[in-house]
Amino acid sequence: MPILEASNLRKEFDGLIAVDDVSFTVDSDEIVAIIGPNGAGKTTIFNLLSGVLKATSGVVKYNGQVISGLKPYQITPLGVVRTFQNVGLFQNMTALENVMTGHHTRAKPRVLTAAMRLPGFFQKEQATMEYAMRLLDFVGLEEKANLMAGQLPYGQQRLLEIARALATEPKLLLLDEPAAGLNLKETAELSRLIRRIQRQGVTIILVEHDMRLVMEIADRIIVLDRGQKIAEGTPEEIRSDQRVIVAYLGE
Amino acid sequence: MAGIYVILVLGLNLLMGYAGQISLGHAAFYGIGAYSSAIVTMKCNISPWLAFLAAIVITCALALFIGMPTLRLRGHYLAMATLGIGIIFNKVMVAWDSFTGGPDGIYGIPTLNIGSFAIDSDVKQYYFVWLVTILVFILSYNIVNSGVGRALKAVNSNETASGVLGINAARYKLLIFVLSAAFASIAGSLYTHCRLFINPQIFSFILSIKLVTMVVIGGMANVWGGLIGALILTFLPEFLSVISEHWGYVNSTELEIAVYGLTLVLVMIFAPEGFAGRMVRVKFLRKLDRSSS
Repeated sequence: MPILEASNLRKEFDGLIAVDDVSFTVDSDEIVAIIGPNGAGKTTIFNLLSGVLKATSGVVKYNGQVISGLKPYQITPLGVVRTFQNVGLFQNMTALENVMTGHHTRAKPRVLTAAMRLPGFFQKEQATMEYAMRLLDFVGLEEKANLMAGQLPYGQQRLLEIARALATEPKLLLLDEPAAGLNLKETAELSRLIRRIQRQGVTIILVEHDMRLVMEIADRIIVLDRGQKIAEGTPEEIRSDQRVIVAYLGE
Repeated sequence: MAGIYVILVLGLNLLMGYAGQISLGHAAFYGIGAYSSAIVTMKCNISPWLAFLAAIVITCALALFIGMPTLRLRGHYLAMATLGIGIIFNKVMVAWDSFTGGPDGIYGIPTLNIGSFAIDSDVKQYYFVWLVTILVFILSYNIVNSGVGRALKAVNSNETASGVLGINAARYKLLIFVLSAAFASIAGSLYTHCRLFINPQIFSFILSIKLVTMVVIGGMANVWGGLIGALILTFLPEFLSVISEHWGYVNSTELEIAVYGLTLVLVMIFAPEGFAGRMVRVKFLRKLDRSSS
């Protein structure tokens, strides 16, 4: 059974059709890349999948359960999480606190427990902190734990955002242009990291412009142009697809 | 009095600094707490302690009722809505004569007693108010240094991202709104049972503005900031009245308002993070200097 099933997704903004009748499925443990020229509707699809935007019509199913129409905070506990194109870190917190906040839906903090420091508070807080440290270690940022998120170089902010997303314990991770703004070395590290995440049993969908990265790690590629799906297949198939070449290079 | 202000400012600081919501009607919740405590004690003829608790429940219920629709608003609109609510409650206190005593307020409110020990003198009240203040301070400190505090900061910093991490922003905003109202209610009940008389003027919107000033001057998103802000603005009037006497001014209130305004402007320009934030930064910079040299 596919982990994610999007059927006939459509999103209109004041008459402008951003996503036009797009359907696709994603299987467990796959890495699927969504590519396409600027304005093709890639990020809009992510916004629809994660509940940030509501689809005009169409259905999204996750593990057979309809999640379209739910709010982001309702979707995340089910095991779907995303990152943002322009890095949505909490600048007023340290790297460690950012990741600890990601663990929110699992740790379920309670006001009274916190205010009165009721039994279990310190244990839980300690466990959350250790968990967050392990994730920072996983992405290679353990030494930056106590720096403010905004003080990290851009490439490390991207890694931190991924660690924070992983703290929600997702089964499906949506990465929105994870390689944007990264240099060659950082992109290579990112590619290894994405593989390692996949090996932990997490399915990954990414929107990405960096073709080298996409061709290297994607099991399957979905190509969008002007809101429509124009091709789908393995990297080899996409590379030689006439419609894709036309969409990217023009007639 | 300083302790009571600290409690009010701590609550408002949670709301403004951590949840990023402004309230220009906070004096209303202070007033609701004070009036509920007084009315429940006197009309139902029960122990002031029970009235104290009843006041918290009443204030929280009202805050919940008001918060649900108003917290959907943002920025200036929220400021206007809370300002309006503050004024409405003040008018109700004046107009609902049979219940609130109208513009004259309520007199002869009983003191708080522990067994046969009455908290009735200035010194006893002083210690009692500060004891409660310290408790409230510890509560706020514990809340902000926890998963709940992180969730609040997250909502304030990037609401979309916080939602994607599974944080229900609306619920947290409402929670903190009710919590800050509860703090205001505690402050109100303390005032009632220490001063033993209340009237609508005490809870006017001028006080709401003063409270916001205290939060900003002390430093938002910083529990120590609440303490410092409240202390500065409690002692400033005392200090100014001495000065104005020395200069031969009769009316120190005008001077007070001018100095508040000036302080606010100066703080916004030179230390937008407030006094407490400023001190943290200076300490941090010194540490950096030392480690780099």
